[in-house]
Amino acid sequence: MSTRLASGGSVIDRETTVSFTFNGKTFKGYKGDTLAAALLANGQTLVGRSFKYHRPRGIMASGAEEPNALVNMGVGNRFEPNQRTTTTEVFEGLTATSQNHWPSLEFDVGAINNKVPRLLPAGFYYKTFMKPQWAWKHLFEPIIRHSAGLGNAPKEADADRYEYFYAYVDVLIVGGGMAGLAAALEAGASGAKVLLMEQTANLGGRLAVDEAIIDGKPSADWIAQTIADLDAMENVTIRTRTMGSGVFDHGYAMGYERINDHAPDDTAPRHRLWRIRARRIVTATGALERPLSFAGNDIPGVMLASAVRDYASLFGVSAGDRTVVVTNNDDAYRTAIQMKNAGLEVPVILDARPQADGALPTAARALGIRVDTGKAIAKVKGYKFVTGVEICSQAGEGTSLETIPCDVVAMSGGWSPVVHLWSHCGGKLNWDEANAMFSPDPIRPPLGSDGKGFVLTAGTASGELATAAALRNARTVGRQAADEAGFASLTVNLESLVLAHDEEPMLPVWSMPAGAPYKLRSKSWLDFQNDVKVSDVRLAAQEGYESVEHTKRYTTLGMATDQGKLSNINGLAILADSLNAPIPNVGTTTFRPPYTPISLGSIAGEARGKLFKPTRKSPIDTWQDANNAVWEPVADWRRPYTYRRDGETTAQAVTREIDNTRTGVSVLDASTLGKILVKGPDAAKFLDLIYTNMMSSLKVGKCRYGLMCTENGFLFDDGVVARLSEDEFLCHTTSGGSDNVHGWMEEWLQTEWWDFEVYTTNVTEQFAQIAVVGPNARKVLEKLGGMDVSSETLPFMGFTDGTLAGIQARPFRISFSGELSYEIAVPAAQGQAFWNKVMEAGEEFGIMPYGTEALHVMRAEKGFIMIGDETDGTVIPQDLKLGWAVSKKKTDFIGKRAMERDFLKRDDRKQLVGLLTENPADVLPDGAHAVEGGKNRYGQENMIGHVTSTYFSPTLNHSIAMALIKGGSKRMGEVLTFPIGDNKTIKATVVDPVFYDKEGERQNV
Amino acid sequence: MLMLKCPNCGVTAEETEFAPGGEAHLTRFASGSEDQAFSDYLFARKNPRGVHFERWRHAFGCGKWFHAARCTATLEVFGTYTGQTSTPPDDITAAVKAKRPEWEGFK
Repeated sequence: MSTRLASGGSVIDRETTVSFTFNGKTFKGYKGDTLAAALLANGQTLVGRSFKYHRPRGIMASGAEEPNALVNMGVGNRFEPNQRTTTTEVFEGLTATSQNHWPSLEFDVGAINNKVPRLLPAGFYYKTFMKPQWAWKHLFEPIIRHSAGLGNAPKEADADRYEYFYAYVDVLIVGGGMAGLAAALEAGASGAKVLLMEQTANLGGRLAVDEAIIDGKPSADWIAQTIADLDAMENVTIRTRTMGSGVFDHGYAMGYERINDHAPDDTAPRHRLWRIRARRIVTATGALERPLSFAGNDIPGVMLASAVRDYASLFGVSAGDRTVVVTNNDDAYRTAIQMKNAGLEVPVILDARPQADGALPTAARALGIRVDTGKAIAKVKGYKFVTGVEICSQAGEGTSLETIPCDVVAMSGGWSPVVHLWSHCGGKLNWDEANAMFSPDPIRPPLGSDGKGFVLTAGTASGELATAAALRNARTVGRQAADEAGFASLTVNLESLVLAHDEEPMLPVWSMPAGAPYKLRSKSWLDFQNDVKVSDVRLAAQEGYESVEHTKRYTTLGMATDQGKLSNINGLAILADSLNAPIPNVGTTTFRPPYTPISLGSIAGEARGKLFKPTRKSPIDTWQDANNAVWEPVADWRRPYTYRRDGETTAQAVTREIDNTRTGVSVLDASTLGKILVKGPDAAKFLDLIYTNMMSSLKVGKCRYGLMCTENGFLFDDGVVARLSEDEFLCHTTSGGSDNVHGWMEEWLQTEWWDFEVYTTNVTEQFAQIAVVGPNARKVLEKLGGMDVSSETLPFMGFTDGTLAGIQARPFRISFSGELSYEIAVPAAQGQAFWNKVMEAGEEFGIMPYGTEALHVMRAEKGFIMIGDETDGTVIPQDLKLGWAVSKKKTDFIGKRAMERDFLKRDDRKQLVGLLTENPADVLPDGAHAVEGGKNRYGQENMIGHVTSTYFSPTLNHSIAMALIKGGSKRMGEVLTFPIGDNKTIKATVVDPVFYDKEGERQNV
Repeated sequence: MLMLKCPNCGVTAEETEFAPGGEAHLTRFASGSEDQAFSDYLFARKNPRGVHFERWRHAFGCGKWFHAARCTATLEVFGTYTGQTSTPPDDITAAVKAKRPEWEGFK
């Protein structure tokens, strides 16, 4: 039984008690405890269930590598699943619940899977749920979704705040253990700007647990002194609770700071995402201890040897009273010695090596601890907790020699450097045969823009496992990093005097015992979280999965939150053995950021709600908001869909606006229309290339509707071009297209026709554009006064400059509604003032504003196309009956060559038609497909086209629609069938798409 | 996230400040050209593992297009240069050659 020891615990404050709940039960812990430490202190060794077999799971590790002890944290809008108990600090009021079990942690129905593991081998899903096809959607998937998965998804919006933080440093050091501190000291001494990030709350790393004497100082003193020295350097910044989560191209790194997870309060953001640019990055990320693969190695109470002594040393918590240590190296003896010195029992150390005579084994024996060499665990006894181990010879097949009662098994399969950050951006690895581990190859680092390596590794992360060598490496690398960042160091001596136990070589042990039969292999876990066992990886190899990446996906080894931490090397070794290949030939899976999961909130930062994306607003926005605008987003803008009056529905408001425009006069805010000024001696020549139609022949003072195509011949934007002078044009674009079109023009000018003397500028926001529309429009303008707006002076498709109501104005006689219309551009700052004058002058004519929906209906009544409705990136002008706007005289324009292709000239392309429904009240659904009878080879109806715009027209008192229909221009009068779901169909007759005022008499008055 | 230097305004900035424009130094085939030539101009791209010449626009800066010579495998940037040229200038090809002696040259 785990419990709190009477003494020890270097990071806890025994004076400050905090209470928290786990599965509704209240526990007490101390300030400084991790949740895992506090749970162990309270005897709670069972903390969750495994993914597939729902096996009982306990705490295995003491840090970020923990695979099992993940819990749901918090409630309501602060609920979060999959939080690691080993990296979560306890605080007063913390609420946690265990995951992945039903109905309870103690009794889980899903554990039945455990009784029949042969039913759930590797690739089980792929093999089992193939047929019948219908069963996947209706039977298998719902069941799997219910039983698989770890924590629950939060149901409420996150109540916390998050932020980004940008940092630019010379040297970034990831890891605040001995190596990170030493490297920071060297780099800092050079004057370089240094940032050191440590993922836990405490600096010192393993040195805080595994003592050594450095330069005459015990580790705790050396750590304290080094921190003090670093604090004294103004150019060095240290952030704890900040994980270096990823390394990216050219010296970009990401840090994940948990600001107040350990002490929730509303005054600060919860997490901070650091976006760092560093000249050099030093990863001092240490190493992770590896589990051993023996039967029952997943039972709660089986822990990493280093974790067992971490809990005792850092938190004053014993994982249990009787600890059996099983190892293939000297390091694990430290655990035995620590537990023995704490007054606890260590019945035996099982060392798989034939002999163990180094300093640490000798010290353990001197304490009276039994050391059995050449021995292994045949299997662990127990289910929800360890009750004992059966001992066997490592060399054999697992015949039990002796059963030893115990409640903790401390295992160590050696150590693997944490190479994740080194590898994120392409750093390569070497196989270190002596230590059976992959370590960074310093001559193949990730490269910066200058082709030089920008990541260095320090300490055990470099593969230097011995304390003295790790320290020497860290100091050297710290200085090298500063040097490469442009700061020469003055330090001469990089040697420290280190007194620590020498260690004898380890022995790689991938299977315990060496000849373990299937019965044992199928209980030997490689990946504790995803329930992948030795037998699964062997099966995958047997079934032909030779690539490590394929095996990973087939077996789920190392997936989810583990990401190659605990399961990695053991799994690779088993695969290599099964394939009879050397481990380095099998290689590793790809290490991808983040190192451990980071919150989605931190990735979003402040970009939530209104700050997600800025809204563009017209100069009339405030007035519109105060006058019942029903907003709709149009590209980045917000525009009034309609202005709804009291007692009206939205549809009624739209109808009122249309009627008023067609019979009287209305006003539209068209300010969002794109406006691009094109000027220069070659402006006309340039626009002839940009537009499909001829712009060079346009007369000064006149407007022309123009089309723009891509090089593929597809229409992508349209608008009216006005020639302001011989060498100056104003090009109107769609509301959403102005930035794209401006960029498009610049791209051609700068990269293809750079000899042209042309300048472009996007003046969209410099002008408010107000359309006065309807039979009485001219009367309103005459009342405003200031210029002659008669049809003689200002005819249709003309424009002029002058003043209206004392405001500088440029009215264009252009119409998107088919009515008499003036679109008047005024300086943006005068927009609201001019709008007010128009409303005032129009009052006697019953003027009212109209929104985008009325605009849409009226343009559809006129058969005018809308980019994005009638076009979708595959439509050419000819498809839309706009062939008249494609010049045949010009030798070149963008899209001309494409239109020479045979398939763009075919007459059975989908072409624009109008549709009138049989029942005038039936409005076709947007996107409805027309069918022509018969089925295709998938058993679907043969489709011949779809509806692109559809409205009820109050003007015609009839539903109208536009559609792109195969060979549509030859189908006039045909009745088409549109299935609309629920076995219903709508029938509609193909007609000309111009429904209203075909001659255009109303606009040309 | 790459770091690039805009040769027009001299600013060295992060990739997010730029917009990529694909392979550089394509020859435009216009009206009357052969089908294959036009198709290649529209769709065929080199996509090499190694030395690559590409177009970038300093979209959130000076707005100008420029060219970059870059290694797609190691992400090393050999140099950036004006957008108003149809072949890489000599100093750029020399810089590439110095770093990648096995490189066979442009085109």
